Amino acid sequence: MNAFFALVARDLRLAFRRKAEVLSGVFFFVVVAALFPLAIGPEAATLRHIGPGVLWVGALLASMLTLPRLFENDWRDGSLEHLVLSPHPLGLLVLGKIVAHWLVSGLPLVALAPLLGLQFDLPSDALGMLALSLLLGTPVLSCIGAIGAALTLGVRGGGVLVALLVLPLFVPVLVFGAGAVEALNSGLGAQAHVSILLAMLLPAVFFSPWACSAALRIALE
Amino acid sequence: MSQLQAIAISCERGGRPLFAPQSFTLSPGQAMQIEGGNGSGKTSLLRMVCGLAPTASGEVRWGGQAIAEVRHAFSLDLLYLGHSLGLKDELSAVENLRVASVLAGHPVGHEEALQALQAQGLGSRSHLPLRVLSQGQKRRVALARLQLSKARLWVLDEPFVALDTLAVLALQQVLRQHLAQDGLLLFTSHQAVDLGGAVLPWRLGA
Amino acid sequence: MTMRWFYYAAPQTFYGLAGRLWPWLAALALALTVAGLWVGFALAPADAQQGEGYRIIFMHVPASWMSMVIYLAMAFWSVLGLTFNTRLSGMMTRALAPTGAIFAFLSLWTGALWGKPMWGTWWVWDARLTSELILFFLYLGYIALTSAIDDVRRADRAGALIAIVGAINVPIIYFSVKWWNTLHQGASVSLTRSPSMAQLMLWGMLLMALAMWVYTLAIVCYRVRTLIIERECHTDWVQALPEVAGAKA
Repeated sequence: MNAFFALVARDLRLAFRRKAEVLSGVFFFVVVAALFPLAIGPEAATLRHIGPGVLWVGALLASMLTLPRLFENDWRDGSLEHLVLSPHPLGLLVLGKIVAHWLVSGLPLVALAPLLGLQFDLPSDALGMLALSLLLGTPVLSCIGAIGAALTLGVRGGGVLVALLVLPLFVPVLVFGAGAVEALNSGLGAQAHVSILLAMLLPAVFFSPWACSAALRIALE
Repeated sequence: MSQLQAIAISCERGGRPLFAPQSFTLSPGQAMQIEGGNGSGKTSLLRMVCGLAPTASGEVRWGGQAIAEVRHAFSLDLLYLGHSLGLKDELSAVENLRVASVLAGHPVGHEEALQALQAQGLGSRSHLPLRVLSQGQKRRVALARLQLSKARLWVLDEPFVALDTLAVLALQQVLRQHLAQDGLLLFTSHQAVDLGGAVLPWRLGA
Repeated sequence: MTMRWFYYAAPQTFYGLAGRLWPWLAALALALTVAGLWVGFALAPADAQQGEGYRIIFMHVPASWMSMVIYLAMAFWSVLGLTFNTRLSGMMTRALAPTGAIFAFLSLWTGALWGKPMWGTWWVWDARLTSELILFFLYLGYIALTSAIDDVRRADRAGALIAIVGAINVPIIYFSVKWWNTLHQGASVSLTRSPSMAQLMLWGMLLMALAMWVYTLAIVCYRVRTLIIERECHTDWVQALPEVAGAKA
């Protein structure tokens, strides 16, 4: 467990010392959220209708942007091999990296989304549900995306390839995440959506490190 | 007594075998220097011994058992340094050493790490990010890491490259100490190396 | 029993077996296609509600089935490949992928063609079609990944992993799309809702499905032979093959 926390601490430290890389994902989210009203028009009713979906897709794309970073730096400077050769279970170490990645790339999106939701004139309970659904959904995005990042280490066309591999797998999270806010807005209640998001989070957290370890070993062969 | 055995190991690249099946045994206190031209497969051989790359045939044994079966024990006993040093530029030397030691299974305290760096002449620079150190200074951080390591088998890929004379002597000293403590050493190098005792040469390729 | 399977898993043996099989399979596929199309377009009666236009289901439904079956087959070979490390598994998966993608595309296209006369739009976000679209993306992802990685062995293994991850996700994706669909549109649109299907219609679809399946077997045999020659080209037995020796002369 010490190794897990040491790795999380290390990656967090690295992220704080490379602020530019980290903030780019967040800035992208802000910009994308502003693009949609510009393209569709400022009519409040329309914006309220598309708001949750737009913010969810924006968060998804922002997560995609930061995924290649997850293993790439370690792979370049040789520390990935040390992780694989470590006596600690690789799955645990990978989970540590995913957690650190989410804290730095996912959590800011969760915090920012309600603020951006104000731009779409969403009511406050919708803002709350948006934050909750993203809080449950962005870790799943990090987990599934990590598999894509691990498989495409050092491959040409990296970022776009990861997106192509991983976006279809994100669809369930998107459907239930954005759907939760919609359901709340239409008065149907979002309990089912939240439970399903939770039901996707737990297997993702357990299954993804294992799949990533296999993918990393394949990439290093 | 832990021995390293390679039994008829070979590997393939692009469908073709890189070299004929290799078999050798390395005992505690022994060092083996793998020589061969560029592209003869030296790095691949080292990676196979570490378990990073699969063998197309044969197997590698540690202490008489296949490394796939004793993965945990083997990884505690193994230190591998490839071409890249595995050091993070944004972290300081001390931070690098401490994190690396935790991940390697033998955690090292702040004081110990500092002492090792001082022994390499980097005491005053130990808290600066590695980014500001020169290439030679970074290699000395890697050297400090070797010194702190409690692993019994060291597999080093081109450890002497880009080192000046003083650094070469320092590295040789560290390696000699390791062998004197019954450690095993497997490394590649293009130049002749003086490690106090007989270094088993091993030639790959024609 | 296991020894016999591993015997056929050797590329050299499989090459010979596939070489003998594929012409027969191709002929059978052709026969079944003719039979299926005849049943579907000549024998089966016009539908009470949809008239003659419904006949496209004889292509659409079997193509959808095949695209799913092929993906499952890819996942099966991927699991075998990662577990037993056989070279043939990777080749089988790679050979299956383009055919599966084509069937998925065919299913989407015929679905659109069906939708236009029936509901007036070229595309309809019904649960089945949307899931099919995502399945098509999964195929594209596999093909893109295996094409992008230069090292053949790494490409096979990485592809195997993404195929398995995709296969596990397919039921989840289907379930979530179904949920999404019922929430937003209600059960009003369904391309495959056929309350009473005449016996003949069912036979027609089954024949076409069988035809597509046999076609897949034939083309996979053929493709795997090509892959074997490509990958094992440095071995003696490939050099000695008449088709290779003849080409070099």
